[in-house]
Amino acid sequence: MTRKRLLTPDYSRRSALKTLGLGAGALAATTALPRFVQAQSSAPIRIGFQVHRTGIGASYGRWYDRTTQAAVKRINDAGGINGRPVEIVAEDDGTDAKRGAEVVEKFATQLNCDIGFGTLFSHVVIGSAPRAGELKLPYFVVSEGHHVASGMLNRYTLQPGITDVKSQVQAMAPFVANNLGKKVTMIFPDFAFGHDHRDYFSKAIAEQGGEVVAMIAIPPTETSFTKYFPQIPRETEVVYHVMVGPAVLTFVKELGEFFGPSRPELFGFIDSLEAVDITSPGLEFLEGTYFWEGNPRYAQENQSEYDKAYREAVGVDANGASVSDAKDVSTYAHMFGCWETLNIIKAGMEAADYQGPDQRAALIEAVEAMTEMPEGMDHPQGPKVFNGKTHQVFGVQYISQVKDGKLVLAHTTSIDDTLYPDEVDYTTQSF
Amino acid sequence: MTGKDAALHLGVLAVLLAAFFVLPEYHSGSLARIMVLAVYAMGYNLAFGYTGLLSLGHALFFAAGMYGLALSMQIGGWPALPAFLLALGAALAVAGAVGVLALRTRGVGFMIVTLMFAQAGYLTVLYFGAWTRGDEGFALPQEVRNLFGLDVTTPAGRYFAALALFAVVLLALGALVRAPFGRTLIAIRENEARAAMLGYDVQRLKWIAFVVSGVVSGAAGAAYALLFGYAGATFAGVQYSIFPLLYVLLGGAGTTLGPFVGAVFMFYLIDLSSGITTAYMLVAGLALVLLTLFLPQGILGTLRRRALPWLP
Repeated sequence: MTRKRLLTPDYSRRSALKTLGLGAGALAATTALPRFVQAQSSAPIRIGFQVHRTGIGASYGRWYDRTTQAAVKRINDAGGINGRPVEIVAEDDGTDAKRGAEVVEKFATQLNCDIGFGTLFSHVVIGSAPRAGELKLPYFVVSEGHHVASGMLNRYTLQPGITDVKSQVQAMAPFVANNLGKKVTMIFPDFAFGHDHRDYFSKAIAEQGGEVVAMIAIPPTETSFTKYFPQIPRETEVVYHVMVGPAVLTFVKELGEFFGPSRPELFGFIDSLEAVDITSPGLEFLEGTYFWEGNPRYAQENQSEYDKAYREAVGVDANGASVSDAKDVSTYAHMFGCWETLNIIKAGMEAADYQGPDQRAALIEAVEAMTEMPEGMDHPQGPKVFNGKTHQVFGVQYISQVKDGKLVLAHTTSIDDTLYPDEVDYTTQSF
Repeated sequence: MTGKDAALHLGVLAVLLAAFFVLPEYHSGSLARIMVLAVYAMGYNLAFGYTGLLSLGHALFFAAGMYGLALSMQIGGWPALPAFLLALGAALAVAGAVGVLALRTRGVGFMIVTLMFAQAGYLTVLYFGAWTRGDEGFALPQEVRNLFGLDVTTPAGRYFAALALFAVVLLALGALVRAPFGRTLIAIRENEARAAMLGYDVQRLKWIAFVVSGVVSGAAGAAYALLFGYAGATFAGVQYSIFPLLYVLLGGAGTTLGPFVGAVFMFYLIDLSSGITTAYMLVAGLALVLLTLFLPQGILGTLRRRALPWLP
């Protein structure tokens, strides 16, 4: 007992209780602050932006943020939505499913947001969407996952601004089969993203008369790939690769060392190299190879006026990097989705004459009613068709070839190439 | 359990019951999640705080419960209650098997073995991606998430389901650690050799504590999937083995309410600091360093040592 007293000369029970009391008071004061009351029609429309500022999605999140700010500036400069300014309420979800759900709850029940928007990584979308549905918060994701169109989610979750992985992958098969070869070896990370490619592409290439001669799944913890390459059959005409994460540089370097000058054709998804300079040391082996791009990173010779204006508004140069830092390469193949989604939200709110959260269901119905989305400043990536039943948009895809260290557009798919039968009808679900 | 212990526990539960009607929706919703995480930490506390088993692999048991429930509902089409019981069984089986092997080691060896088992569990979830959807995970449909007719997707349903689980675990573990069994665990924690010399079957008692700890963690995982509608491999990752350790260290290892206090503290530390700065993890890290330096026994542990020696 003496020892205890000696250790705690100036910390009494009273002071401890006082501190706790002050803490409790502070918490109570925080929670009791008067809530923002949307009493006037000129009050901002608050869009909760679930952004990956930290965690594995941070490089995507940085550019999603810049694109979002640019899109909102354009909307506000043009008079806002229904005469009201748009305000972005950004919250970091840490690219974490649990935190993502918490952020959605915060949007709906504390920050008085009209809608949630902007999530990219699939596990965050899937972890958050149930809460968005339960809280009846329209949740516009920019994820490219097949989760929305697969029917896994709910009526409040929509993906109107970016195509999904299933449509992207199946649209690549005709080009690969007709131009690169029919015998394909797939190398993919052994988790959900890689499995989507494995399943959708192997089916699509078979429909084009091709075949997958080998599937090489790389464990997600792998850091060296040389030992996997001998599994590539000699008859392989095309290597289809979708490695993601920092290991991609090692992957490409080791692939180059393995094949040397006599390589098969290579086809990859740019997801591997988003925010990575294509001229980085070690990537020389990619010269002459092909990539899917959601939106061409490099300004092309026949660049549309819309892409030019969009690029300028977001602050991206002709090489796909920040105008203020040439080493800060954008996630150009995906981030247009934020721009286009915000324009769809604007169009939906205007169609529904949206005034406040009571009209969230009307907003969803207005977006569900959308179909054709012609190329323009609202849709600078290209024309699209929205499927209100599956809550998923479909649009053209781009295939580029690396030439002299730049990605040069080689083929543009049709929208028809990307279509597949509906797997869900969300409009049958009640609000 | 002494009268004071019971009064404190029942008082806390009464406050939590009232909190739903008093707190704004955001905070009551957050409290539901915190209670589920606190159950996880309470399970962890039995192994670490009371028995001295510093496990770095409890995410394995959390995930066993989570997938036990979510897969049986998603694939098997089971109702929530049998799925929850199956989840407890899954956690029991996994904890039992891991305990048999891991408890052959001690100290740093035990930490590493449990960490490796959890990592193997994480990779297993990825490997069976056709069913688990791996890292992406899957959502449980809203319409199947009800328990005894209680729709746990509503704010009230979710909150009271979380509170019920929290109450059962708090009272049960509170009674367990005051019972001779719990006292023996503390004796093992304080001096394992002496406990063995006194005739206790230390290895068996540690295994039982480890299994109970794993089952409670599994219950939390199952509850998370049921109440929040999602199961994903993230929850089997190493960070979810670290979280309960943090909650317990912050709140007070070897105190019945410490895990809850630690979970509340961590949640609001992240939530409030993220509203101030994007470097909120730095703020959280700094706060943790300061707490560790100045309150090495955690919040309730320090309170018990300095002011309230009766604190359970």
